[in-house]
Amino acid sequence: MFELLGITPQGLVAQLLVGLINGSFYAILSLGLAIIFGLLNIINFSHGAQYTMGAFVAWIGLTQVGQWFGFPEFSINYWFALILVPLVMAGFGLILERTMLRRLYHLDHLYGLLLTFGLALIIEGMFRHWYGISGESYPAPEILQGAIPLESIGIILPKYRLWVVVASLVVCFSTWYVIERTKLGAYLRAGTENPKLLQAFGINVPLMISLAYAYGVALAGFAGVLAAPIFQVNPLMGSNLIIVVFAVVVIGGMGSIMGSILTGLALGLIEGLTKVFYPEASGVVIFVIMAIVLLIRPAGLFGREK
Amino acid sequence: MNSKTKLIYGILVLIALLMPFQDFVYLVFAMKVLCFALFACAFNLLLGFTGLLSFGHAAFFGTSAYITAYFCKEMGLSPEFGIALGVLGSAALGLLIGSLAIRRQGIYFAMVTLALSQMVYFLAVQLPFTGGEDGIQGVPRGMLFGFIDLKNDVSMYYFVLAVFLIGFALILRTVHSPFGQVLKAIRENEPRAISLGYDVDRFKLISFVISAALAGLAGSLKTLVFQLATLTDVHWHMSGEVVLMTLLGGMGTILGPVVGAGIVVGLQNYLANIGSWSTIATGFIFVICVLAFRRGVVGEISHFFKSKN
Amino acid sequence: MKLKQITACLVAATIFGSNPAFAQASKTSGDVIKIGVLTDLSSTYSDLAGPGAVIAAKMAIADFSKDGTVLGKKIELLSADHQNKADIAANKAREWYDKDGVDVIVELVSTNVALAVMEVAEQKNKITLVSGAASLPITNEKCTANNVHWTYDTYALSNGTGKAVVKQGKKNWYFITADYAFGAALEKDATNVVTANGGKVLGTSKHPFPNSDFSSYLLKAQASGADVVALANAGQDTINSVKQASEFGINKKQTVVPLLMFISDVHSLGLNAAQGMYLTEGFYWDKDDKTRAFSKRFILQHKRMPTSVQAGVYSSVLAYLTAVQKAGTDDTQAVMKALKSTNIDDGLFKGKIRADGKFEHDMYLLEVKKPSDSKSPWDYYNVRAVIPAAEATQPLSLSRCKLVTNK
Repeated sequence: MFELLGITPQGLVAQLLVGLINGSFYAILSLGLAIIFGLLNIINFSHGAQYTMGAFVAWIGLTQVGQWFGFPEFSINYWFALILVPLVMAGFGLILERTMLRRLYHLDHLYGLLLTFGLALIIEGMFRHWYGISGESYPAPEILQGAIPLESIGIILPKYRLWVVVASLVVCFSTWYVIERTKLGAYLRAGTENPKLLQAFGINVPLMISLAYAYGVALAGFAGVLAAPIFQVNPLMGSNLIIVVFAVVVIGGMGSIMGSILTGLALGLIEGLTKVFYPEASGVVIFVIMAIVLLIRPAGLFGREK
Repeated sequence: MNSKTKLIYGILVLIALLMPFQDFVYLVFAMKVLCFALFACAFNLLLGFTGLLSFGHAAFFGTSAYITAYFCKEMGLSPEFGIALGVLGSAALGLLIGSLAIRRQGIYFAMVTLALSQMVYFLAVQLPFTGGEDGIQGVPRGMLFGFIDLKNDVSMYYFVLAVFLIGFALILRTVHSPFGQVLKAIRENEPRAISLGYDVDRFKLISFVISAALAGLAGSLKTLVFQLATLTDVHWHMSGEVVLMTLLGGMGTILGPVVGAGIVVGLQNYLANIGSWSTIATGFIFVICVLAFRRGVVGEISHFFKSKN
Repeated sequence: MKLKQITACLVAATIFGSNPAFAQASKTSGDVIKIGVLTDLSSTYSDLAGPGAVIAAKMAIADFSKDGTVLGKKIELLSADHQNKADIAANKAREWYDKDGVDVIVELVSTNVALAVMEVAEQKNKITLVSGAASLPITNEKCTANNVHWTYDTYALSNGTGKAVVKQGKKNWYFITADYAFGAALEKDATNVVTANGGKVLGTSKHPFPNSDFSSYLLKAQASGADVVALANAGQDTINSVKQASEFGINKKQTVVPLLMFISDVHSLGLNAAQGMYLTEGFYWDKDDKTRAFSKRFILQHKRMPTSVQAGVYSSVLAYLTAVQKAGTDDTQAVMKALKSTNIDDGLFKGKIRADGKFEHDMYLLEVKKPSDSKSPWDYYNVRAVIPAAEATQPLSLSRCKLVTNK
């Protein structure tokens, strides 16, 4: 077989596949952030910390909760966690929005950013304090352990990673569908453009905004549960990701759900390619793209200029 | 300046002058506060007075730090030349980043500065002369103007104080000048400033470059005080810290950033031994400042005095 | 203008200030011997060093003297967090030496930290005892007269693990390297060992430091067909690499070799993921009765078994106090002379300190046990071989340290 710049076509496909897996994480995280940032105009800098929190809550559910209540055998397994953790995180998001974020809507966006940045520091600091930095192990559920040999591209793909791709695509596209194609979504989009008018129609706009924020946070938590078996559950999981995810949303275009999803997936692929040919740059390639996009097409690739 | 303000400044300068004659505050700590106060004041020129939030100011602080470190250590230049080159470097970088970022506004502007400063970070990691994770260590403080030995902490302190005061005076002059008035007009209502016929982009760019150059000056000073330049200086956390200092002290006030820098640097020092509590405390301060304390320390104090009258 | 007058005063003051008589009085330690543990208390390396290192230092002081004194002077322990940042470490060291009269700083995990603090110590004529950091420049290009490199270095790691694995017939290697000075140094030293023993390096992948997803690098390693996938990284990076290598089934056909791993990492990974791996360490808690005795006392305070870095802190602090006693003073040069002329045998380490500051002692080649072979908590390793000090340490003749080459 021929080699292109030191890698075979099969090797390339393998790398792209791996990139797609990372892209799925970017897609879910940027989806949550796109809803919060793009639709609600709240700069949620704690999105990364909320992702970390989701992973920790899942881990606590698996290993610690039983002991707290005196039932050491009891544990919340992965599948329950997938549903429970987003609910817990949604509740957390709801409380945050109602008690703190709500007070800042009339102010410059800067304040929302600073508040959520401070919250991120608090959340990460607390987990660091309680659980240290080496991270905790979270095993993948039995059904998804093991790997599928993919003869054609010569690699063994862990089943769990394939599941991650499937799960995020399902969640992403159903969310997109709800927001762009249903009445509920239409209300949400209208509410962010012209809340007073919508309120006049009898829709409870503040409640809708709270719930939308909660849903965005729930998505971050969901991504955290998905991530737990792949990366160690450690307090710094999110802080490394947060500015990348922001960049994705900005590139995709604020207010464009599909833009964020596609950009997230695309970034995964581009990062994967960069890791093959010029690995040192894999951390900065997103910012180069963001700078270029912002200078040529400021509203983002799929966004609408507000 | 009215007489009350002059009195306050006078007292502060006096305290600063007497620093080396007491044992309570460690002199190197005082120098650190001065460097970061200058950094925060430079940042505030852009944020508080021009209304532009830059997420990448660490790029200027750090670039100047590396340039000064390199020229003083590897090329053996004396400190005043090292600092001058550092400031020039930051100003040039400010011109480059500023002219690209100014094309956008609001959050997009901030994002562009973030993206470009991340690229600076990447360069700092990859380029051989910056020393990667080790940074440039063992930077000699050298002989200022050829005869003042800066290895002596007292001389170094007075030099840092002098430079800080010069930088501070420059910002003060800028803010109170006609140029500064235009900046404030841009911050308050940009479309109106445009309609009045001002070339708003040019003003913003000049403000950006001054801010970058002064941030660079702070970085160069810091390098000589601690004799190191590392990746911390260009990391985005550093950009976040200077925002915190400005917010905590009071955006749009003159003394605010100085106070903010003092508090943040002091807290970091004090909490350094308690592990994660430093992070948690910093987070709490952010949250409380935003929710209840938006004017910052200096802002709240002057608001209190104004409302009394 | 008022400001101009102030500035003029300042310039005058600066010139005056150049008079050393005005220098802020630096406090001597007087009647107290102060030991500073400067470590990573809250970040990437806090488990392998961190609070455990502070506890180890406390134990050493208590073991040295029941009433906590040496030569009639009280011994005081300080500790601080450097967060793996050279600037924070250098500033703390400077403050400790200048203001608090600290005599010696120990631990110093992370090479950038160690180098920065060694520099400050040399300027101030104080002592550093490095336990956690690994790179060779500490005892070569950047060596100082007031430093001892205690626990391990990249030479030992490469010659231990590297040599052992190549000798098993695994000749073809692929490196996954952390893209910073330590990773590069480890890769370089290991490459030397591999090629010197008839092996070959098929390729290398540099990953950002720190990094969370290694799948692309692992796939490249797999595609290369090498016998060995060597990990030139540490801490969280190593843990993630190992975990993911296991997921992708890399360890079915290839051997994953972490060039640097600590017992705290194995604890974090779990035996399932780590089993069968080779690693080189300078200390293992379960090696013999003496190490077990120490470790059982240690775990009562720290709830975890000591890592080699923490054992190194115990050993270095004990040796320091012994040297002060022997020298009869806390004067830096006298104590360094005493340190370099004493045989050290404290139950944890046995050996001698060389002219270049390297503490030469045996290292151990360890293999991680299968879960079924582990009989009790922390029963993680089989000791496969003892690497004698001479083999585990770079020969003095090859040293690039200015103290031995007289440059």
